[in-house]
Amino acid sequence: MKITEQDVRRVAELASLALTDEEVVHMAHDMSGILTHIDKLNELDTKDVEPMTQVLYEASDTATLREDIERPSLSNADAVANAPNAGAGYYKVPLVIER
Amino acid sequence: MIAHTIDSIRSGLLKKEFSAEELAKQSLAYAEAENPKTNAYLTFSPDRALAAARAVDAKIAAGEDPGPLAGVPVAVKDVIVTKGLRTTCASKLLANYIPPYDATAVIRLEQAGGIIIGKTNCDEFAMGSSNENSAFGPVRNPVALDRVPGGSSGGSAAVVAQNTAVVSLGSDTGGSIRQPASFCGITGVTPTYGRVSRYGLTAFASSLDHIGPFSRNVRDSARLLQVIAGKDEMDATSATAPVADYIAALDGNVRGMKLGVPKEWMDGLPAETGDLIQAAIAQLIKLGCEVKEINLPHTAYAVACYYIICTAEASANLSRFDGVRYTTRAAAANSLTDMYRITRDEGFGAECKRRILLGTYVLSHGYYDAYYIKAQKVRALISRDYTQAFEQVDAIVGPVSPHPAFKLGEKLDDPASIYLADIYTVTGDLTGIPCMSVPCGNTPEGLPVGLQILSKHFDEANMLRLADAYERNTI
Repeated sequence: MKITEQDVRRVAELASLALTDEEVVHMAHDMSGILTHIDKLNELDTKDVEPMTQVLYEASDTATLREDIERPSLSNADAVANAPNAGAGYYKVPLVIER
Repeated sequence: MIAHTIDSIRSGLLKKEFSAEELAKQSLAYAEAENPKTNAYLTFSPDRALAAARAVDAKIAAGEDPGPLAGVPVAVKDVIVTKGLRTTCASKLLANYIPPYDATAVIRLEQAGGIIIGKTNCDEFAMGSSNENSAFGPVRNPVALDRVPGGSSGGSAAVVAQNTAVVSLGSDTGGSIRQPASFCGITGVTPTYGRVSRYGLTAFASSLDHIGPFSRNVRDSARLLQVIAGKDEMDATSATAPVADYIAALDGNVRGMKLGVPKEWMDGLPAETGDLIQAAIAQLIKLGCEVKEINLPHTAYAVACYYIICTAEASANLSRFDGVRYTTRAAAANSLTDMYRITRDEGFGAECKRRILLGTYVLSHGYYDAYYIKAQKVRALISRDYTQAFEQVDAIVGPVSPHPAFKLGEKLDDPASIYLADIYTVTGDLTGIPCMSVPCGNTPEGLPVGLQILSKHFDEANMLRLADAYERNTI
C-alpha cells in the first residue's frame, strides 16, 4: 500500500501530531514500506476466523472483579505534582472557550 | 567487582562476609564508574538503595528471614514506575516525571529484600529493537562496545552483562527481553501473559505487554520470577493460576522431554546463528530430549500481524502524553489543539511517531476491517499453529533473532528491515505463551547468540527446567 503525503497529514491530524514538512516526507516513505509488507496478510483467507482480541480469555466475566471496598486513592497534590501547569488543585490548559 | 548470584549474596550475608549496605555501596560505586562505557543506566537511586540495604541488615541482625532477594542489586527498566524516583520511559516528554506510586513488580521485589540501584535506558516507550531510539542516547553492548545491546530493554540487558547489576527487570511486547538477552549473552524470560502484574508498567500495547527478568544464569531468573509472579488486584489482566515452584523445577532432568523445532524458523536462518542453534539442539538430544521437526505454517505472517496490533494499541495508549498531566509542554502553543500537537511533535522521537501514525492509520475509518480486524484474525491463526504444535511437543526451541548484535547506526534508516528481524519473537507475545532466551555460544566473530525456548501457557517451570539443564551442561 502506497501512502501519500496527504494521507500522512490526515492521520497526523487524527493523532494530534504536528509534523514538519520533512517529517511528512519521511513518514510517507516509511509507512509505505511497512504497509507493503503488511499487505502480505491478504494472501490468507480469514473469512471463517474469529478475531482474537486477547489471550487467556477463557474465564468467567466476573473472574477479574475485586470486592468493592472504599479506600484512599492518589491525593490531589500527588495527582497534579507532575503537571507542567497546575493551580488550585487543577490542571491548567490554554483557553478553550471564549466568553 | 565479584559477579554475584542471588545465592552467593544470600550466603555471604548470612555468613556475615559482608553486609547488604556494604554490597549496595560497592555496587553503586562500581555501576556509576562503569556506566559511561555503555550508557545503560539513566538514573541511580543511592538513597533508596541504602535505605533498603539497611533494612535487610536490620532483619538479619534481628534473626529474621531477610527475604529471597535479600541484598541483591537490581536494575529496573525505565518504563516501570518507581515512587519518588524519576521514570522517563527514555522520552523527552517524561524527562522530569516523578511517579507518585510504585509498580507492583517493584513493590514485590523490594519486599523480598531486593535493592533497586537504578533505572535503565531503553528504546523510547519500549519501541525498538536496538536501544537507539532513546531520547538519552543509545546503549552500547558491553560485549562489543561498537554494537547495539538489542532492544527495547537494552539497558536492563547491558547492566546484567556488564555486572553493574545482578538481575534486572525488563519488558517484552514483541521480543524486547529475549532479543537483548540474546545480543548481550545473558538469560531473559518473558513469562506467560498475565503471569506478572503490569500495574505500573507504562502501557505500550496492552494485549502484548509483559514484565520479566534478566540474569546471568537461569536460576536467578527463576528466583526473580518467583517473587514477582502472581495475581495482583491492581491489574485485572493478571492471572489467578497458581504460581509453580520454579526453583524446585531446576532438577536437571529433561530426559524424555519432547521438543519441537519449527521448520519455518530454521529454513533460511543464516549460518552464523543457525550453526549455534543446531549445536544447542544436538546438546539437548544428548541430555535425553526427544526432538522432532514441527510446522508453524503462519510464521511468515507474524511480523505483519504484530505491527498492526502493536501500533494500533500504542496509538491509543500514547494519547495520554498530551502536555496536560505529566509530560513537558510546548511553550509556543496558544490553543489547546496546538498545545497537544506541538507538545507531541517536539516530545516524541521518530520511532514513536512512526508507530502512532501507523496505528492511527490502521484504526481509521475505512481501514479498520482491512488491517486491524484482519490482523486479529491472523493472530487467531498463529495461536492455532501453537496449540496444534503443543499437542505434539512439551516445548519449542529455536533462534531468538536471525543475526547477532549489529553495529550502532547500521540499520537506523531501514525500519522495515529492523521489524522483519522480530520474526521469531513476536509470536510468543501474540499467543501469550512463556518464552525465554538462554545463551548458546558465540559466533566466529565472538558475538553471543541466544537459544529461544517456548512452552505452554503457565508452564514456565518446564521451560526453566530445560534452560537450566542446558546451561549446566554447556558452561
